[in-house]
Amino acid sequence: MDRIPILKMGPFLLVTIQVDLYDRLALNLENDLISMVSKTGARGVLIDISAVSIVDSFMGRILGNIASMSRIMDAETVVVGMQPAVAITLVELGLTLQGVYTALDVEKGMELLRDKIGVMNDPEEDEEEPDDSND
Amino acid sequence: MNKIAQLLQNNKKQILESWMQNQLADASLRDDLISNEELRRQSDELISGLARATSSGNMDNIYTPEYEPVVEILSDISITRARQGFSPRETGMYVLSLKQAISTVLEEKYSEQPEVLYKELITTHKLLDNLSMVTFDTFIKGREEVILRQTDEINEISTPVIRVWEGILALPIIGTLDSARTQIVMENLLEEIVNTGSSIAILDISGVPAVDSLVAQHLIKTVSATRLMGAECIISGIRAEIAQTIVHLGIDLSNIKTKASLASALQLAFSMRSVEVRKINKNTGFSLTR
Amino acid sequence: MILKKTRRSLMIVMTKDTMQIVREQDVVPFRNRVRELSTKIGMSLVNQTKLITAASELVRNMLKYANGGKVMLETVSKNAQSGIRLIFMDQGPGITNVQQAMQDGFSTGKSLGLGLPGAKRLVNEFDINSIPGEGTTVTIIHWKHGR
Ligand SMILES: Nc1ncnc2c1ncn2[C@@H]1O[C@H](COP(=O)(O)OP(=O)(O)OP(=O)(O)O)[C@@H](O)[C@H]1O
Ligand SMILES: [Mg+2]
Repeated sequence: MDRIPILKMGPFLLVTIQVDLYDRLALNLENDLISMVSKTGARGVLIDISAVSIVDSFMGRILGNIASMSRIMDAETVVVGMQPAVAITLVELGLTLQGVYTALDVEKGMELLRDKIGVMNDPEEDEEEPDDSND
Repeated sequence: MNKIAQLLQNNKKQILESWMQNQLADASLRDDLISNEELRRQSDELISGLARATSSGNMDNIYTPEYEPVVEILSDISITRARQGFSPRETGMYVLSLKQAISTVLEEKYSEQPEVLYKELITTHKLLDNLSMVTFDTFIKGREEVILRQTDEINEISTPVIRVWEGILALPIIGTLDSARTQIVMENLLEEIVNTGSSIAILDISGVPAVDSLVAQHLIKTVSATRLMGAECIISGIRAEIAQTIVHLGIDLSNIKTKASLASALQLAFSMRSVEVRKINKNTGFSLTR
Repeated sequence: MILKKTRRSLMIVMTKDTMQIVREQDVVPFRNRVRELSTKIGMSLVNQTKLITAASELVRNMLKYANGGKVMLETVSKNAQSGIRLIFMDQGPGITNVQQAMQDGFSTGKSLGLGLPGAKRLVNEFDINSIPGEGTTVTIIHWKHGR
């Protein structure tokens, strides 16, 4: 298996990572996601990592890259479902995923994305959570 | 074969009896903590081990393979006694009273040969003194284990995670926040975030006596880990002197939401969750509406 | 002094195993093997995750800078506490300035420079030995209770 399936859900793309990624797979994911964002004009990317038990600096960098690249193409990225042990380890490693939004689960991630995009679509509307994003 | 090994083998019964008497005569021995039979069995085993070890001719270096079984038995006894709450004296007496028992038998046997007696007594004492060091070493190690375990338990019970409202957790931290404690705080908090699906956590540090750069670092780590999971952290209970030290130490908390009191943190959390708190005018009570 | 000499303070190697790391596909099976070993000694999930993440950083370095190498995986015991010791050995170019390589943010590979210092923070014991032109050996130990 060399590719991770990407699901299109309305204006968003959803990726559920279910296997331990080796480097090739992770790099493919980065490429595939970015070209999907560009092709579909998606406004948000949800990456569900609740089944991932190890995130090292390589994997962390890929997540960061996806977020930065998507942002340039006007899409926000939310990483959802990180396991507690993974979060504790990443902090100790020194990787806090600056610039990547996070949410507890897919549902809350969607909400967050809708919020972000809603604000961007309608500048009149007041942002109700001023700057409580994760960057 | 050397004299002591011989003595230990041939006069084992006599030595054991005398040793047991010495031990039991010791007013301090806690027979509530160890039974007579248990004591006899251990003592018997130790003398046999010692007889085998000394028969090698090595009488001073106890860190050799032939002494392993003896050291093992002694360590086990000391560790067990440390855990059971024996005093160091009671634990040390165990092997020291064997010294007395062997000496008595030696004296009887070599009363006619003072030179031999002198030499053998010196050797015996040296050997048993060495062995008593093992006892103290392991006794202290045993106590350290007990202390470590208790510290863990205290840490565990002193970091409760409270569900104050739907989606809002509060974690009052009382006492110093060292790295072991931070670990437990983080684990408990993150687990609870997953279990309750909460998106806001309030860390209240009013009970933390002092915040230095290390404690601040621990707090920052906890906040970062919470964010990675997809929840927000508010730190409350920042007293005036804590604010002062934080600024003086040049610690940057600007990315972290901080509040002076738990009440104001709660208020912030409510507004983040779009919950409104207001008074009902006819009563003294208040109502919470969403 | 005496503590060092008693049998209980000596580190005892209980099991020993070697794995060759030559391609990136070897990383996942290697991590699984570390997971297996640490589960076997009853290490907590958080400590397992820290150990495996550190190990992952070190094999990546081995692949990236030294064209691979081998890892010795051991379960060890000291003071009645068990742990996992991993020894990463490669015959790559070595590191000229180890102190510099151990700093957060230093990288010759246009990367984050977090691997070595991060791995050190994640495990209980960390030792690095590198001879330019001969290779690099990194040894890490993580105890069951993580201290
Ligand atoms: N096994 C090795 N052989 C030779 N050089 C090494 C080895 N491991 C590390 N280095 C050197 O040490 C530097 C720092 O390593 P470190 O793992 O900390 O960062 P990195 O690999 O550059 O970035 P990151 O791990 O964050 O992706 C590397 O850039 C490399 O120059
Ligand atoms: Mg690296």
